[in-house]
Amino acid sequence: MANGSRKLSWLRAYASVYMVFLYAPVVLLPIFAFNDSTVIAFPLSGFTTDWFASLKGNSALKDAVSNSLIVAVTTAMISTILGAFAARAGVRYRFPAKRGIMGLILLPLVLPEIIIAVALLVMLMRLGLSLSLWTVIVGHVLVCVPFSIAVLNSAFSGLDQSLEEASFDLGETAWGTFRRVTFPLILPGVISSLLITFTISLDEFIIAFFLTGTDVTLPVYIWSQLRFPAKLPGVMALGTLLLLLTISLLIVAEFFRRRSAQRRGLDASTTEGLI
Amino acid sequence: MDVQNEGRKGLLLVSPTFLYAILLLAAPLILVVMFSFWTQDYLDLDTTPTLANYKEAWSEPLYRELMLRSLRISVLVTTVTVLSAFPVAYYVSFRVKERKALWLFLITAPFWTSYLLRVFLWKVILGYNGVFNSALLWTGIIEEPLQFILYNVNAVVITLAHAWAPFAILPIFVALEKIDRSLLEAAEDLGDGPVRRFFRVTLPLAIPGVMAATLIVLIPTVGDFITPRLVGGTEGLMISNMIQVQFGKANNAPLGAALAVSSMFIVGGLSLLIFLASRRVGRVAGE
Repeated sequence: MANGSRKLSWLRAYASVYMVFLYAPVVLLPIFAFNDSTVIAFPLSGFTTDWFASLKGNSALKDAVSNSLIVAVTTAMISTILGAFAARAGVRYRFPAKRGIMGLILLPLVLPEIIIAVALLVMLMRLGLSLSLWTVIVGHVLVCVPFSIAVLNSAFSGLDQSLEEASFDLGETAWGTFRRVTFPLILPGVISSLLITFTISLDEFIIAFFLTGTDVTLPVYIWSQLRFPAKLPGVMALGTLLLLLTISLLIVAEFFRRRSAQRRGLDASTTEGLI
Repeated sequence: MDVQNEGRKGLLLVSPTFLYAILLLAAPLILVVMFSFWTQDYLDLDTTPTLANYKEAWSEPLYRELMLRSLRISVLVTTVTVLSAFPVAYYVSFRVKERKALWLFLITAPFWTSYLLRVFLWKVILGYNGVFNSALLWTGIIEEPLQFILYNVNAVVITLAHAWAPFAILPIFVALEKIDRSLLEAAEDLGDGPVRRFFRVTLPLAIPGVMAATLIVLIPTVGDFITPRLVGGTEGLMISNMIQVQFGKANNAPLGAALAVSSMFIVGGLSLLIFLASRRVGRVAGE
């Protein structure tokens, strides 16, 4: 097995180097957020929390954060509801033109975001509507629904139909069955979908860049700051906070995704829901 | 439940999402195509259909250059990303025994952090006075900052290979996971060495995953405009930057639409070619 173990170690070394490449930018973010220098370069000059403090009194940033929260929360709710309809229909029923319909709904996955942004922009211009946070939400929902469907597909496909039938037999209405049987069973999937779509919307830049009006979202605000070298350490600090938020949201989402998988006795290590 | 009833129920259930996609995705896309046949003179839109925008998009040397370059860079990025991702997917699928879920989580986690920030971080890392150069200078490995890494195609390739890594790894991993391990044993028993076995069994069976990875990386790469803007310099600018300019500063939406539709056609055609070629390769290798 000498040959086999040598190959193994080569692959292992390669995979490790690759992981370093994958994480290098992310690791640098907090390092330079605490570095006492406006120039982002080695050697590090000293520890400071000034960059974080400088974020506090910034009212433009505060507005951008609250805009982004409004957009992300609304997007998460709308896309999870729309995703639930499509996932349920796709998992449970066979219907005419199913492939075409699902294909159109999932199309944003393979469409460059700039195309979606430009298309919506053109339509809004034609309709004479002005850009606002709502136009950003419309675009974000398009991009988020496929992800929501991916997460909820696994929740619905694990649902035992006989439970719903039993509920009907016991005299529950359709709404009562949904509220008391179906919804509690898919709840982990719903939470996971809400968190993932929230995260995508919070980070999305290209669509927001085209469709944002005078109220900018956080990524658009960050983009406007990148032009000023003096603002870069502040951006690093802001990025660190965003990183923390995203990681915690993801861990929670992953937790719920696994719980929903475990409920169905499936192996949580499969990639379903992530792609 | 009879078929017709089931069909009606399914349609009814999918209709809210479907309507949303029709009104806010299909309709705008159709409108963009229509726009590309119109002309705009400052603020007035002339809706007489004409091919003028396409003529300009395809004959103007600047646009042609940008289009070809986008294609070249995207193909290069895709090749580098998929080739570098394959061994990682292979490692996780064939060598990692117990911690597969953890590896997959670690591979996908960076993708969820802000794309804009990751691109910006590569700019900071690769810059003339950036993290990479300053670290090498500081440790005495080099004496002059390296110049070939920022504001050119290399920087775009590195940044995008990083950004799309999980999208390349996951489909390949899924394809590798599906491979029946007894086939590999059979190949070995029949006298194939590890290299022959890899090229005659593993790789052909992994082709669908490789193809999916290729398309998933290629298509959005053509449409990216942040990476070229931030790290590409002038020689790294791509067609999307021009589309953005047409819809923004240049205020010529019809021309922008024609450029967008043209690039979608090129990407679509290329994707189709890759799809057909990979099916052929898969068949030939499988024989």
